[in-house]
Amino acid sequence: MTSMTKAIDKVRPATTARTRRWGRLALHAVVITMMIFWIVPTLGLFVNSFRPAADVSASGWWNALVPPWDFTLENYSHVIAANNLGDSFVNSLFITIPSTVIPVMVASFAAYAFAWMSFPFKNAIFVAIVGLLVIPLQSTLIPVLRLLAATGIAGQFLAVWLAHTAYGLPFAVYLLRNYMGGLPKEVFESAAIDGANPTTAFFRLALPMSVPVIASLAIFQFLFVWNDLLVSLIYIGPTNPDNLPMTVRVASLVSSLGGETHFLTAAAFLTMILPLFVFVLLQRYFVRGITGGAVKG
Amino acid sequence: MENDLITAAIVVIGVPAALVGYILLTERLIQLVPEKKQGLVRPWFWIAPAILFLVVFLIYPTLNTIVLSFLDGQSKNFVGLDNYLWFAGDSGTLEALRNSVLWVIFMTGGVVGLGLLIAVLVDRVRYESLAKSVIFVPLAISFVAAGVIWNFMYQYQDPSRPQTGTLNALIGIVGLGPTRFTQEQPLNNFALIFIGIWMWTGFAMVILSAGLKGISIELMEAARVDGATEWQVFRGIVLPLLMPTIFVVATTIVITALKSFDIVFTVTNGNFGTDVIAREMWQQMFTPPGNFGRASAVAIILLLAIIPFMALNIRRFREQEAIR
Repeated sequence: MTSMTKAIDKVRPATTARTRRWGRLALHAVVITMMIFWIVPTLGLFVNSFRPAADVSASGWWNALVPPWDFTLENYSHVIAANNLGDSFVNSLFITIPSTVIPVMVASFAAYAFAWMSFPFKNAIFVAIVGLLVIPLQSTLIPVLRLLAATGIAGQFLAVWLAHTAYGLPFAVYLLRNYMGGLPKEVFESAAIDGANPTTAFFRLALPMSVPVIASLAIFQFLFVWNDLLVSLIYIGPTNPDNLPMTVRVASLVSSLGGETHFLTAAAFLTMILPLFVFVLLQRYFVRGITGGAVKG
Repeated sequence: MENDLITAAIVVIGVPAALVGYILLTERLIQLVPEKKQGLVRPWFWIAPAILFLVVFLIYPTLNTIVLSFLDGQSKNFVGLDNYLWFAGDSGTLEALRNSVLWVIFMTGGVVGLGLLIAVLVDRVRYESLAKSVIFVPLAISFVAAGVIWNFMYQYQDPSRPQTGTLNALIGIVGLGPTRFTQEQPLNNFALIFIGIWMWTGFAMVILSAGLKGISIELMEAARVDGATEWQVFRGIVLPLLMPTIFVVATTIVITALKSFDIVFTVTNGNFGTDVIAREMWQQMFTPPGNFGRASAVAIILLLAIIPFMALNIRRFREQEAIR
């Protein structure tokens, strides 16, 4: 688009060409500077994670970009072997997958009821759920921890599954209800005429038709849980350190490793691999999800 | 290892099967009810799991926390407003409160401002989607990893040695001495807040950019033909039309900033005057012997700070429903 310069043309026709060129140049300069500034921190970490310990503490990551090259996988093999990061990677998966599947399914049941069934206080209950959207999870920590400890669940994966499900539900119900409510009415009416009960209509029609929004919701919840520190730190942390996910492990490495920061680079990058992969592959769904929730209406 | 396999089976097959089984089973039960009554019963079974989760893990605990905040550290004796008075009179908590306010103001301002700027600018270049992806990527990273990343950006070495931190090397080029970004006050608070801005700008950019695409091009062209400068088009057309979207983004970021815990926890652990409310609560909970009364009071203060934004969110939702 050259619209920016078009407007300037009207005001100062004499300097058209030159102004346009400078304007475009400034535009590109700003955008590219921003891009560089946003990519450099991650790039620096990535480069450092492949450098020997002595290099990391002696010079900045950019020195590794010119010959002689000296890269190593030693940081990675060390943190996987010595700091149990391999185990905690598996833990993170065990925590994240059910913590994504359960809220998405539970929310889709509720959203379907809110969208296509009628019952007393329907709108009031729904508005109350949307209101819960901004309850800080901090205000639930102590009672939930006591509840989990009393029932013997604290320290197990189940504790985090249940908590993350509840924390993710308000947003999930809100997003899915808005989407399902927008599905064409005729489809459900003709299904009912053909004798399908609402359960059949849900599994055969509502769920398949909602795949795009379910995908974006699942990605959102997946990233949220995978990246979470606080919930696992508190509900698993003290009772059963063997079940801790990567975020907690890495956070404790930050304080315990102190001077050995070169191992930290590899550890941090390992936690980022899966979310980055999911994110790059499925970015389209993710973007559609968050814009759908906010811009709509 | 065997344990892991069992867990894996539960994770992948057991959990979804149980949930689908619940709905199929309740449908069988509902079929036992006379047909006319089925419609009355069914919705409650469908919303029951969600309601159960919310009551047990959100509503009841929040109410319970309110009660705990009036009890002592071991939740045994009623102490009235003591925990709140402690919060109001303690220099550490007041500093945390001040820092949280800084987070709210500067993270929200930074994220919305930069997000809007980038959204408007990338709209005019051909590599728009590449630029957006680059800005958006930090959102996929955990706060913990971001903390590690920025530890390296902010790293400080004695002036006699080569600087290994990217920022200190950069300011060294223009002749400035190395700075302890995470220790010098009040600079360190802004250094931490900037990590939050770096992570969340992509979020604001994507939403604002989508809003921007929804603004009619004809309208803007008409203004340009009438001789409006690009700045006037932005002020007079783009900004007012984007206002509702900006509002939504800002609310989300305000709440994120208030709840921010991980960055401070990983980078400074609240030292050097960088504590925030959410981390202060963790501190009260887990510093032996642990004071659950004070921790609860901190949580309730956090909740009170968020309630106005909750009210705005609900009002906006009602308005949206009215339009539908």
